[in-house]
Amino acid sequence: MKIAVLSGKGGTGKTLVAVNLAAVAKNSVYADCDVEEPNGYLFFQPTEVTTQQVTVSIPSIDYNLCSGCRKCVDFCRFNALAYIAQKPAFFADLCHSCGGCTLLCPNHAISEKQNAVGKVIIGNSQNVTTITGIMDTGRASGVSVIRQVLRCLNQKNKPGIIGIIDCPPGSACIVMESIREADYCVLVAEPTIFGLHNLQMVIELVQLFNKPFGVVLNKCTADANPSAEYCHEKNMTILASIPFDKKLGQLVSDGQIAVHCDPLWQKLFISLLDKINKEAGYEAATDNQR
Amino acid sequence: MNIAIPVDETKTNVCASLGRAPYFMIINANTGEKTIIDNPAPAASGGAGIKAAQSVIDQNVKAILTPRCGMNAAEAFKAAGIALYQTVSESIDQSLAAFNKGDLVELQNIHPGFHGQGGK
Repeated sequence: MKIAVLSGKGGTGKTLVAVNLAAVAKNSVYADCDVEEPNGYLFFQPTEVTTQQVTVSIPSIDYNLCSGCRKCVDFCRFNALAYIAQKPAFFADLCHSCGGCTLLCPNHAISEKQNAVGKVIIGNSQNVTTITGIMDTGRASGVSVIRQVLRCLNQKNKPGIIGIIDCPPGSACIVMESIREADYCVLVAEPTIFGLHNLQMVIELVQLFNKPFGVVLNKCTADANPSAEYCHEKNMTILASIPFDKKLGQLVSDGQIAVHCDPLWQKLFISLLDKINKEAGYEAATDNQR
Repeated sequence: MNIAIPVDETKTNVCASLGRAPYFMIINANTGEKTIIDNPAPAASGGAGIKAAQSVIDQNVKAILTPRCGMNAAEAFKAAGIALYQTVSESIDQSLAAFNKGDLVELQNIHPGFHGQGGK
């Protein structure tokens, strides 16, 4: 069972929800796919860590074999190759590692080499296995790092284990990649008009992927909540309402896992996980002894 | 030798963007003959600078008059031995006149580009 936690905008509470869901599950894997700024590990402080490099294939051109026929340049739809002074010039940041130029070259002048784009760090923290994807600074896209994180998650995923995918903010390719294999999506929303706008964007995304989903309303106050009103109006499942609470904010900024600190939050997240399990059609697997 | 200028929809003014300009004007410096070519890059989801640079490089251009240029395109022009000169006027005619008088300076301020803004 894999649950993706996402939101249209950053700072909505994805990591709060994802970390605490993983912490209340009996046996879980927390996969941080927010590879541009992963922060779940700050809460889990994992030990026994191992690191994997993430690489992508890029072309390596042997100019002694190149006849300057231009076939590779004309083929590259990502404009990663330019034909300059009768030779192909390569722009690594634009390459999507499709391998087309290597296959196409009639002179076998192009081979593939590995280019490091990031790393994946796997560790343990009590009942939680943590997988953290980190994109190298200056890289254009984190998709390949996210794929590696999800491959690691799939290796750990067994019946009875809850996989929690902490997604990047927004609704672009890196989010699509993160939710691709999720069985259920949890959308975290803020009680503002801006928050609603971003919620609508991710609703459109998860519907496009035919993913079952429910909404967690975060930072709720006594004031009007446009995100809640929208969910009621559209008959969408509200999984939980988390209050705008100074003590919770304090716990988060201290790097604490809220469910380990206060029975109130423990109760809220156990009930949230139960509800997700029920919605997704799985048996409850929360650890009530915690 | 040919000179290239990115031009906007009016085909009479210099375009503020190089990579995503709709057209390029190619000027034959010897005869003064002007031709307008389509820039194939404006709709590219990524790598517009390279694609635009390629279309200019293929025109046997030796100098480009432009208000700005991104990093990738600048790298391609450098490899092709094409010089970049910064325009100060929106008018193509004034820009050409200034270039011919030697008043235009080489473009120094290469911007890092707008990569990733459309998602990848």
